[in-house]
Amino acid sequence: MTRLTPAPPPGKLIDSPPFKVNAKKELANPVLRKNLRFATHTIRAKRRLRVSEVGEEAWQQLRDAAAEIKDRVARHLDTYLLQLEETLTAKGAVVHWARDAAEANQIVVDLVKAKQVQDVVKIKSMVTQEIDLNESLEANGVAAWETDLAELIVQLGHDRPSHILVPAIHRNRSEVREIFLREMGRYGTPAPADLSNDPPVLAAAARTHLRNKFLAAKVAISGGNFAIAETGTLVIVESEGNGRMCLTLPETLISVVGIEKVLPTFDDLEVFLQLLPRSSTAERMNPYTSMWSGITPGDGPQELHVVLVDNGRTQALADEIGRPALRCIRCSACLNICPVYERVGGHAYGSVYPGPIGIALTPQLRGIKSVIDKSLPFACSLCNACADVCPVQIPLPEIIVHNRNRVAEAKQSERRPHLETTAVGAMTWVWKNPKHWEKMLKLAGLSGKALAALRVQSLGPLPPPISAWSNARDLPAPPAQSFREWWKRNREGAQ
Amino acid sequence: MNTAKDVILTRIKSALADVPSAPIEEDAPVTWEYGKVAEMPAILDVFVDALEDYKATVYRVSAAEVPKTVVKALKSKGAHSVVLPAGLEASWREAIHHAKIGIHDDEPPLTAPQLNEIDAVVTASRISIASTGTIVLDHTPDQGRRALTLVPDIHVCVVAADSVVSDVPEAVAKLKASITAGQPLTFISGGSATSDIELQRVEGVHGPRKLLVVLAE
Ligand code: SF4
Repeated sequence: MTRLTPAPPPGKLIDSPPFKVNAKKELANPVLRKNLRFATHTIRAKRRLRVSEVGEEAWQQLRDAAAEIKDRVARHLDTYLLQLEETLTAKGAVVHWARDAAEANQIVVDLVKAKQVQDVVKIKSMVTQEIDLNESLEANGVAAWETDLAELIVQLGHDRPSHILVPAIHRNRSEVREIFLREMGRYGTPAPADLSNDPPVLAAAARTHLRNKFLAAKVAISGGNFAIAETGTLVIVESEGNGRMCLTLPETLISVVGIEKVLPTFDDLEVFLQLLPRSSTAERMNPYTSMWSGITPGDGPQELHVVLVDNGRTQALADEIGRPALRCIRCSACLNICPVYERVGGHAYGSVYPGPIGIALTPQLRGIKSVIDKSLPFACSLCNACADVCPVQIPLPEIIVHNRNRVAEAKQSERRPHLETTAVGAMTWVWKNPKHWEKMLKLAGLSGKALAALRVQSLGPLPPPISAWSNARDLPAPPAQSFREWWKRNREGAQ
Repeated sequence: MNTAKDVILTRIKSALADVPSAPIEEDAPVTWEYGKVAEMPAILDVFVDALEDYKATVYRVSAAEVPKTVVKALKSKGAHSVVLPAGLEASWREAIHHAKIGIHDDEPPLTAPQLNEIDAVVTASRISIASTGTIVLDHTPDQGRRALTLVPDIHVCVVAADSVVSDVPEAVAKLKASITAGQPLTFISGGSATSDIELQRVEGVHGPRKLLVVLAE
């Protein structure tokens, strides 16, 4: 059967090879590294400026409030979800519950099929990527069109997103031009033949390509940044206006929302609407934010479905150390600051959630059974830069270390006593707390300086049980400057 | 009975076995002080600076000058046709009519393709936020339904000086009434924009590409 939309790369993300194999491949691509370095450094600097406008103390108060509100939601999630269902229903929406990806996809496919449409337009949404909704729709004869510019670049490029906010961050303008020239005409209005690689020209081509799709669309699919229990209000934060098109013009709107997205009250938005734009696109406010409470007679879609998705979230909720990962508002500040992400990019993570939040959250949502999920917790130097920028104060390194322990423990119970897990056990205190880690690095760094003076290239055998690990790992001599010290000196000032 | 719902709620309950059955406020306190007014001496200057930062065009005029300024704004972008919400101030409508700019009414509601043929829209607004340069529409009759301020390429928006508040908390507190009344809200901060290609900000993708603000003092 011929496909309706451009085919993404074959295979499922969860079947990806382990992180270091993917990372090696990505590191070999100099264009990718250049694009990423430029993009992450640009956004870091801007974020720092926007945060400084608020003032350090006021910013910290906002972060405290956000963490408190999100913790309140997590600890009383059932109460707020039931309230949300009630307020949404009272305002004319139909609420659906989905235990997992398959169930969520089936609900959406059935709703779309009942409308007898061949196409739907989509607002960029992490949860619909997580459940791979587009491919479910495709398999059922429905074409789902991504309308966010970056998502469009990814979709037309037969590619996968590599960043949660700027999904085509790995592409530069020349690549975008080539993709548009080659693919647009196959799926609708073609790009003009004289298309240049100037970003405004490329954006204009996207506007023209998508306009007819918006005007003709009968059904739209969105996610939701926030869902207000008190008032039954859904909130979408965006930049381009493609979201407004999807939320306003079609007759039917299907909003797929992770259960952790609920907020208790409308007033809580005053905290998140300050934190999110400055942390994500580094703006005082994003160009457009839409809020709607069920159906508004005579304005916008007259049929609204809200699909509340679990898909592993209750598993994360049950893990007291992993639970704070559910605070995440998907701002991507932790990706942009992460030295590992900056070098390997998002594709190496085998998850729609890359970077620090990805390696904290993915093994919580999916578990630690696949090789990729077992390897993710180790894609981190525990430098703590992510926790410092996170607007909802998720203790990312702590969760990452906890995920490491889970992997180690699982290995231990699976197999005969394994050298690595023994060493991991001995080093648990180091990994449990970033402060311990820093202490150890400092100690090692100091001795590293001494070793450097003596031109010692590699450490001799370490005492057991660390030796079991270090011998297998060809442990290099520790650098004269620990990574965190180096980071503090070289990067933080340049953020 | 919705089985998926039951299963999810049961999963949540067992996941939260560690949470004591105390009242929510006691178990998970939120220390934030809501709705605080930010101190801001020259509030309108802050608002205009933020708007101009987004490359919006701003006209600061007296209330009496609004009708002719609306016309001036429309003409500056070469608008030949304009859609006007039913509840728009009569004097603005009259000035536009006199200027021979083709007026379309949304009665009966225009289709999306019809709206796509219209150059501009003129609306009032509910609340604006100085610190972020944000204009909020609550889509009551002087602003019209959401599609009107979305499909045409030019948006001329009139902001009353006394509707400008300091910061986000003050605005959210005031907008609660619109939400309770069932109105949708659109927060507009500058024109449509994207930074998706090499993080370079490009003004104008799908929403109106030109935002002109008439600030009536
Ligand atoms: S973990 Fe924090 S910094 Fe990272 S995306 Fe989520 S909210 Fe943003």
